Amino acid sequence: MATEAHAAEGATGYIVHHLTPLSVGEGFWTLHLDTLFFSAVLGGLFIWFFKMAAERATSDVPGLVQNFAEMMIEFVDSQVKDSFHGKSELIAPLALTIFCWVFLFNFMDLFPVDLLPMIGSMMGIEYLRVVPSTDLNATFAMSISVFFLIIFYSIKVKGPWGFAKELMFQPFGPWLLPFNLLLKLVEELAKPISLALRLFGNLYAGELIFILIALLPWAIQPALSFPWAIFHILIITLQAFIFMVLTIVYLSMAHEDH
Amino acid sequence: MSINATLIGQMITFALLVWFTMKFVWPPLYQSLEERKKRIADGLAAAEKGQEEMELAEKRAINVLKEAKEQSADIVNLAQKRANEIVEESKDAAKKEGERLLVAAQAQIDQELQQVKESLRKEVSSLALNAAEQILSAEIDQAKHQEILNKVSNQIG
Repeated sequence: MATEAHAAEGATGYIVHHLTPLSVGEGFWTLHLDTLFFSAVLGGLFIWFFKMAAERATSDVPGLVQNFAEMMIEFVDSQVKDSFHGKSELIAPLALTIFCWVFLFNFMDLFPVDLLPMIGSMMGIEYLRVVPSTDLNATFAMSISVFFLIIFYSIKVKGPWGFAKELMFQPFGPWLLPFNLLLKLVEELAKPISLALRLFGNLYAGELIFILIALLPWAIQPALSFPWAIFHILIITLQAFIFMVLTIVYLSMAHEDH
Repeated sequence: MSINATLIGQMITFALLVWFTMKFVWPPLYQSLEERKKRIADGLAAAEKGQEEMELAEKRAINVLKEAKEQSADIVNLAQKRANEIVEESKDAAKKEGERLLVAAQAQIDQELQQVKESLRKEVSSLALNAAEQILSAEIDQAKHQEILNKVSNQIG
């Protein structure tokens, strides 16, 4: 398939081709069209499904769609209730959005690596990277948004001075102020970075392994890609779950006054 | 693998998704869940209440049945007693009636005896008188014998 098309560049060319996004623009103002497109489509899918469930929601016997939506809602709600003890209109819907969106991102990984790029190339699209969570921009967009929310709620709940005090005087008391500040800044900054890089790393590695498997002779491929795909079902769910739970935990930490 | 403007686009998409979920998806679904939870809880409570009421009614029914049994037993006893009494009473009445009838019969017998005696006495005395008259008409002083005859007739009476 695509391997032959890029035979001249060899295996490296094939891999690089698969990991190159479809982009327009220069420098910082580059846009990864594939990431934007697929994440918007997947977001639309999520919204469409849940909006349909929400419109049909009754307290009577639920249908299939509503049942599934309610299962998700209860799952997310129980996670939120476990770690977050305040009251917030935002946090549960946020967690639901993150879980579903990230899950759908990751799910794109289960499509055969060459399928969508091949369809793309038929339509004249040269590069296509279908898994948005293998794009650092996608993962960082979420984690930075979460980071802003952490800052926002920290200031809102504790007050600007309370938040500043927490940054300066904890955990070692006022006499070690610079050290505290450094430690706290690292702690806060580590949150979005670890969130984004964990998801990105896992999915990037997973996708890379699918690509590597695709380089092998066709007879061996199923023996490897099938177990890896099964294993990946676990990975993609787990990564979506981790992203959601950590978001809840971080936000509940932001709500807590020490 | 560089960070670029895609980040901003993704953040906007994310914000829109979260806003939409918060506004239109989460509340109705959550509300329907809560409503169903409440309905189920209500239903269960009602079922429990019904169960309790049934138990209570059963107990009450048993009590009523017991009371009814007791009452019927009382009534039967009373009726038995009353029947016995009636039998006794009727026995007494019959006895008394019998006695009364006996006494009346005795009195009638006595009376009739008296009458018979009276009539007999009169007959005998008139017979005797007649006989004596016939004898005496043939012989003796009428007046003297009359006196004797009267004495005798008085002795009979």
